Amino acid sequence: MLRPLLVLCTLLSSLAQADDWLQFRGPNGGGVSHEAKAPGPKLEVGWSAELPGRGLSSPIVVDGRVYVTASSGPEQANLHVLCFEATSGKPLWERVLRATGRTMAHNKTSVAAPTPCSDGKLIYALYSSNDCFAFDLDGQLVWLRGLTLDYPNASNSLGMSSSPVVIAETLVVQAENDSQSLALGLDTANGVNRWKLERPKAANWTSATVFANSVALQSSEGLTGIEARSGKVLWKYGDGASTIPSSAVTQDAIYVPSNGITALRPDQGAVSQLWRANGLRPGTGSPLALGDSLFVLNGAGVLVKASLQNGDEAWKLRLKGPFSASPVAAGPYLYITSERGDFQVIDSRAKEGEVVHSVALKDTVLCSAAISNAAVFVRSDKKLWMLR
Amino acid sequence: MLSPVRLPLLVLALSLPSLGLRAAADLQSSLDAIRAVGPEGRGNVEASAALKTLVAQQAAELPAILKAMNGAGPLAENWLRAAADTLAKKHAKALPLEALEKFLRDTSNSPAARVLCYDLLLGAQPKRAAALADSLLEDPSSELRRHPVGKLLEQGNADLAAGRKEQALTAFSQAMQSARDEDQVKELAKKLKELGKPVDLAKHFGFVRQWKLIAPFSNVERRGFDTVYPPETEIRTDAQYDGKTGKIAWKDHQSSDEYGQIDFNKPFGMIKEVVGYAYTEFDAPEALEAQIRLGCKNGWKIWLNGKLIFARDEYHRGAKLDQYKLPVKLQKGRNTLLVKCCQNEQTETWTVEWQFQLRICDATGTALALAK
Repeated sequence: MLRPLLVLCTLLSSLAQADDWLQFRGPNGGGVSHEAKAPGPKLEVGWSAELPGRGLSSPIVVDGRVYVTASSGPEQANLHVLCFEATSGKPLWERVLRATGRTMAHNKTSVAAPTPCSDGKLIYALYSSNDCFAFDLDGQLVWLRGLTLDYPNASNSLGMSSSPVVIAETLVVQAENDSQSLALGLDTANGVNRWKLERPKAANWTSATVFANSVALQSSEGLTGIEARSGKVLWKYGDGASTIPSSAVTQDAIYVPSNGITALRPDQGAVSQLWRANGLRPGTGSPLALGDSLFVLNGAGVLVKASLQNGDEAWKLRLKGPFSASPVAAGPYLYITSERGDFQVIDSRAKEGEVVHSVALKDTVLCSAAISNAAVFVRSDKKLWMLR
Repeated sequence: MLSPVRLPLLVLALSLPSLGLRAAADLQSSLDAIRAVGPEGRGNVEASAALKTLVAQQAAELPAILKAMNGAGPLAENWLRAAADTLAKKHAKALPLEALEKFLRDTSNSPAARVLCYDLLLGAQPKRAAALADSLLEDPSSELRRHPVGKLLEQGNADLAAGRKEQALTAFSQAMQSARDEDQVKELAKKLKELGKPVDLAKHFGFVRQWKLIAPFSNVERRGFDTVYPPETEIRTDAQYDGKTGKIAWKDHQSSDEYGQIDFNKPFGMIKEVVGYAYTEFDAPEALEAQIRLGCKNGWKIWLNGKLIFARDEYHRGAKLDQYKLPVKLQKGRNTLLVKCCQNEQTETWTVEWQFQLRICDATGTALALAK
């Protein structure tokens, strides 16, 4: 019964917002574009726009506009939200608020590390300082929270990066760390807590994925399915999981970085393990499920294609690394940019995999791309790029 | 007898003052609604409605919005910042520059409001803002000081490049006196050292370097963090206690580190799963608002005059100057500080540190020079 409902929900969702890329790794956090018109392989830079500060947050695309966050200033206390016209790169608006929580972070990361998300009505911007802002699509502030003021020990001195997701009028925010470790469900209308959950006291940089109208929260202890609106725990997998790469998700299963990769199917409050492949070990980037295959980019910059049915490896392809980003995909192509700014297009159908195109952006890229309306959006340290 | 044409004009004329009063009341009630926002999203709905009223104001109301930041909490400040920023962008070519400049010059206004005011001026008229920067060298806002300090740094560098060593020294020294942010202080200290005028960084920042230390108590399985050892209930610096490995006693410790690190590893060895305490006393000439600023990558707790200020059980995720800024009220006369510093079980090379750095300063980061 659950499966047809799932398919229907996903279909309706994808039909309603086919061109939008509303969160970290797009639809359901799965990294795969559902739009009919894919960007294809031979992409070049359509436009680029200067950014006022660094960020590891990825761009999102809502109704023809690209939104991205940044932080600036000697202590990264200036928190920016920027909006650009997707087709031209024309800046439409920018808001700058100030961090109310701690802004300390490792030099490689940034206070603007979590990717914003949207329900198509509001933009929800979260920062490592635990500041959370909701803006309407034209840049008017609708509500805000300063979660460190509410929960003073909910921080990580290395910085936090879990991206929020929005589902069922609830913004799910993770502030998971060694000290006061929390996940919260905020009412999207006013930012007030719907629920608050104690989470494992351990640093965690992973982001939630959406599976069957539930939110899967990953941590060092495993994976927990939450009913977004109530925070009720629906299912639990407790065999440990990575705290850096997040899970891949399809309509049927979740592929969690746990003891390699472990394929899980949550159903009726229980979780079945479909298979486990110890050899599939993602680096910083999260795995990607595309068609009948799972793609895992390991710490050495080698992309591994494996079967979604059993985890068996099909081929390995060395890319030009190193990588902090997660791959995203549309049609048969995977898109990923190295830390040194080498944007690469991989043809997943090629017998041994093949990098069919690359573009040197010549700037540091530590985040994942967004796909919308046959274009790919990449954020580097200094610029936002559109490739088409 | 009024003509039919004149009647509406009269009604309008009579109602103008009341319309103006109503607009002023709307503005004030909107500012009040925003200033009332509280924890956990309280007041967000009212603030959102108030913001709509504020961004519909004329640009002339910008100083009133900025003024509302005086005494506001950080959440209300952000609401007001959003309102002012939105309004300023809407009326970018009609900003009340004179009024904004007056607001900036009035140092009784809050630093946050004045920083925003300066940014609005900078966005509208960069040359006018740059000219104002020279007057900000001794500003109560450390953020505003950055502009003139940066200019002096540039000037000193230009003097150096032109071989004018004495002028460079003067510029760097003047900048150093006003600099409060670590990045500028570090750069200036390097320049001055190269020019033969080293800076006493510990004094500049106000690090407390003279303590009494006692260790090790046990922190096996990190249980020591919540264990109440004797120094938390009594300060008797001549006492002996049962420690993790035998009898332990307080010992004097003077740090020579220019960044004020109090390193427990030096007197007690590189040991693991242990708790140490540091204690010091200092006098304040009067009761005053201050900040205790701490950098520490171990688990820690701090008590001021016997009252716990904050506790944090995070280990080895990094430390930096002013990592934690703790607002406190010092009492007139004798004050006491107790720091609990916990080392955990990790064995990686980057988990060796068992130390903290602590300074006492005002809200701008200016050293209060109360403790040694």
